[in-house]
Amino acid sequence: MKFLVCISKTPETTAKIGFTNDNKEFDTNGVQFIMNPYDEWYALVRALELKEKLGGEVVAINVGPASNDIIIRKALAIGADKAIRVNAEPESAFAVAKYISDHAKSENYDIIFTGKETIDYNGSEVPGMIAEFLDLPFISYASKLELEGSSASIERDIEGGVEGIKLDTPFVLSAAKGLAEQRIPNMRGIMMAKRKPLEVVEPAVVEEPVSIASFELPEKKEGVKMVDPENMEELVRLLHEEAKVI
Amino acid sequence: MSVLVFAETIKGKFKKATFEAVTYGRKLADALSTDCIALCLGDVTGAEDLGIYGASKILNVKDDALNHFDSQIYTSVIAQVAGQTSSDVIVLSHSANGKSLIGRLSVKMNAGSVSGVNALPNVDGSFSVSKGVFSGKAFATYEIITAQKVISLMGNSFGVQELGSAGTVETISADVPASRLTVTEVQVSEGTVPLPEAELVVSAGRGMKGPENWGIIEEMADILGATTACSRPVADSDWRPHHEHVGQTGIAIRPNLYIAIGISGAIQHLAGVNNSKVIVVINKDPEAPFFKAATYGIVGDLFDVVPRLNDALRKFKAEA
Ligand SMILES: Cc1cc2nc3c(=O)[nH]c(=O)nc-3n(C[C@H](O)[C@H](O)[C@H](O)COP(=O)(O)OP(=O)(O)OC[C@H]3O[C@@H](n4cnc5c(N)ncnc54)[C@H](O)[C@@H]3O)c2cc1C
Ligand SMILES: Nc1ncnc2c1ncn2[C@@H]1O[C@H](COP(=O)(O)O)[C@@H](O)[C@H]1O
Repeated sequence: MKFLVCISKTPETTAKIGFTNDNKEFDTNGVQFIMNPYDEWYALVRALELKEKLGGEVVAINVGPASNDIIIRKALAIGADKAIRVNAEPESAFAVAKYISDHAKSENYDIIFTGKETIDYNGSEVPGMIAEFLDLPFISYASKLELEGSSASIERDIEGGVEGIKLDTPFVLSAAKGLAEQRIPNMRGIMMAKRKPLEVVEPAVVEEPVSIASFELPEKKEGVKMVDPENMEELVRLLHEEAKVI
Repeated sequence: MSVLVFAETIKGKFKKATFEAVTYGRKLADALSTDCIALCLGDVTGAEDLGIYGASKILNVKDDALNHFDSQIYTSVIAQVAGQTSSDVIVLSHSANGKSLIGRLSVKMNAGSVSGVNALPNVDGSFSVSKGVFSGKAFATYEIITAQKVISLMGNSFGVQELGSAGTVETISADVPASRLTVTEVQVSEGTVPLPEAELVVSAGRGMKGPENWGIIEEMADILGATTACSRPVADSDWRPHHEHVGQTGIAIRPNLYIAIGISGAIQHLAGVNNSKVIVVINKDPEAPFFKAATYGIVGDLFDVVPRLNDALRKFKAEA
């Protein structure tokens, strides 16, 4: 079995978000970057578990600049066999997906894993795009995946419940919580990662169909109004008369 | 040129998010001086009602293969109908299915896409539209450059409006490719509004001490007609089902009212809920970070405050 895991780089979850250059650019000053949690905790780990059970290879791929090598090495330390970095800094999900599918189209992967979304731009777009570029079925928000030979049983999250699906490889799947348990890289993994191949690919540049014009921070909350815990009638009155939400 | 709204169903029934997408599509069509066409797939009930929320035309493609969701064949059919109706803008709900479709449609139609938009686009000259980014910590305005566009609407960001009257449903045909997957079951909790669509949400955290204490939370949700949610450690410990988990790594929601009970308000939790219109925080620790994000705060022991709040709410509902 051959699995491709798409990994992206995002600001760490407690990072303070700010903008520079007249609100046109994300201010990376003092921001720590991590591997997108869905990619690391669920997509990568489930791919590794299936490889350990069924044999084969796990390839990690990232589209990004050389400074992303640090998160790519982490994917190798957790257990990926090799990695590919497409050397580009795309602005749109479309370009990311095109680069990844250009790599994948001649490689015959059995499953292409992604996270359900990145925690920075919250797109949920890249995996569906890869699937369409490659004309493959796509299952989003998978919280369970079992594989026997080429036949897969999947559960995916839908509003207020789950959907069960059966299909054959190859396909694209985006990973949600539940798919696997996070793995922490150990010393041996970290040492081995240094010797694993990390191939850098120079892509044919893709035209971007969308771009970000500007950013904005949410309006500051006015400040909390404290209500006497003995007087819940007052809270109900405020919710009804002032906030008008009940 | 028209606006095509994919009118999503689950088990043949429309959801509030669909009506919201239709209302949005209509307002967008008005801004572009064109029609708003609603498209539903497979066997559906009540499609006439889409007219009430703003659809000037209601189309239905029927085929057994469309009675289950498969992003690949749905994409093919939606793109065909977009071609037949010369639709330049496709509007989806930012739901589980919408998220499976948006990327595919973008590629299929060579259309720029923006997912999870929260307002109408600016359409004079360019086409630019805003969405939440950094998990609720900021907004970004995206510009779509291509002639064709696909956007998905974040639930509860626009509101449902009655803009017309029930319409007539026109059945049309399209090539439906064979599906390469089988949907074996669709399990949804009946009765309650799913979290992403809920206007009122009652949520609780580790302050509850254990799953056996959730009675007072369910009671409040019952009285209000609200949906229940929880913090991540609560779902991780299996005190509550994991589809209730809200936050950065759970679901992002923006209800009118979010009541947070015994939740500290960690930044990753806030990321999923801080776009709620009104936030009530009940916590015994006056220093709990959640108070900084709250509209109304109550410092007290939840086991004492919540039953009294339930009584007050019951009284209010009885008088209303
Ligand atoms: C990468 C990452 C992603 C994460 N994603 C999420 C996410 O998506 N969603 C999420 O929720 N968390 C997330 N977390 C976890 C988050 O950081 C917090 O640990 C979590 O939100 C805390 O849950 P809690 O508030 O229920 O529990 P606690 O932090 O233990 O807080 C319990 C609160 O209850 C109060 N309390 C206790 N007893 C009572 C009482 N009797 N009456 C009233 N109040 C009482 C306490 O004062 C306290 O404020 C994430 C963490 C990381 C590192
Ligand atoms: N630059 C990137 N390189 C590799 N994979 C990516 C990149 N951006 C996004 N992905 C993958 O696509 C998933 C969804 O991203 P998005 O559509 O941007 O929310 C992520 O969880 C990753 O698995």
